[in-house]
Amino acid sequence: MRKQYNVVVVGAGPAGSTAARYAAASGASVLLLEKDRDIGIPVRCAEGISRKGLLASVNEIDRRWIANETKGVTFHAPNGNQVELDTETGYILDRKIFDFDLAQLAASEGASILTKAYVHDVIKKDSQAVGVKVNHLDENYDVYADIVIGADGVESRVGTWAGLNTRCKLSDMETCVQVTANNVDVNTDHIHLYFSNNRAPRGYLWAFPKKDGLANVGLGISGEMAKEKSPVDYLHDFLAADFPNASQLTTVAGGVPCDKTLDQIVGDGLMLVGDAAHQANPITGGGISSGMYAGMLAGQVAGKAIKDKNVSSKRLAEYNQLWHKKEGRNHKICYNLKNYVYTLSDQELDGIAEKALKSDKEKRTLLMLFRMALVKKPSLIMQALKVFS
Amino acid sequence: MNAILQKRSLCDLCGTCVAVCPTDAIKLSEIELTIDDERCTMCLNCVHVCPVKALEVVHAEAI
Repeated sequence: MRKQYNVVVVGAGPAGSTAARYAAASGASVLLLEKDRDIGIPVRCAEGISRKGLLASVNEIDRRWIANETKGVTFHAPNGNQVELDTETGYILDRKIFDFDLAQLAASEGASILTKAYVHDVIKKDSQAVGVKVNHLDENYDVYADIVIGADGVESRVGTWAGLNTRCKLSDMETCVQVTANNVDVNTDHIHLYFSNNRAPRGYLWAFPKKDGLANVGLGISGEMAKEKSPVDYLHDFLAADFPNASQLTTVAGGVPCDKTLDQIVGDGLMLVGDAAHQANPITGGGISSGMYAGMLAGQVAGKAIKDKNVSSKRLAEYNQLWHKKEGRNHKICYNLKNYVYTLSDQELDGIAEKALKSDKEKRTLLMLFRMALVKKPSLIMQALKVFS
Repeated sequence: MNAILQKRSLCDLCGTCVAVCPTDAIKLSEIELTIDDERCTMCLNCVHVCPVKALEVVHAEAI
């Protein structure tokens, strides 16, 4: 194994592969490390993404990535009422293919990739990250780098080892379980979101249809609420009630930090991207496009910093600034919205749905629903306007 | 004395518990979870957050 690179990226999910790709494209030598045997497996994700979000960091969309195209959202109120809403085009991805291709795009720009490469520490010189300790096929290696990019997901050890605070409050961690199931009878033009304090407290249930009756069906609830009842038990009840004929093909579990972005996402010689930086959208839990966008920004800034021969946290802070210009700022607002929306009772949610159903379907927008939900909180409406208009 | 144990057959190795541990007591390798008893404060964040009930509190005498 080569012992020195400009950039080492830990984790080959969408954020890591995108960071590796853009860093390599800017001329840096890049090593991308993945702990699992295969890139893209297991899929711990509901796989939904907006077309616009995807196009923020990829030039072309490969049809093989797309399991299904959606044109709207159906919100299912606690009492069963359904509010349909047209949205911009969305996709349900096939992440096994998608993640693999993103890593290939990085390789095409010159990045080296190693799977079954388990990083177990960050090498530091004073306060600066200067490499990683990696175990690959039962051998231990020290790999040095000008910049270490931690894209190691929800558990983000890289950030912790480098001295950043990466912890997530229990209440902000959405704990999730999902099955990919057959015979899921829902309108496949829409993603389906179900809200109910009894069925998914401080979270929601979802059905993201793929094709031929196949769908990702799951739920996430705040870690705080899981003390009483576990996500697996909620999912069991959801499937029994709404999809009694569904046959389960796979089950996955995972957590999504539904949080504002971490205060520190850069250090000396260090950058964090994706779930490792708490960059999923706090209200939807969607993290593919935002992780990739962050990966792109981080990769580009890393490339420039290496050319400047300056990898100090001050130099790398450019990434932090670019991130907060739009996404990071929006996520702060979405975090406030989430915390308010989660206080709504089932009765209030039913009321919002009833009000929404009286509106013209063609004229419904997400902002309009938020206006209805936030009627007692005008200050939050002002914030929502910044994100959704 | 109590301790937290991983039920291997239930654990999906998703790492959610690692992120909510206030004392960095949990280590996740490619194949297993280990909890450092010295660091663990028995706050039970990990037990509560686990999506699949793979962590349980056991009496140390029972280990």
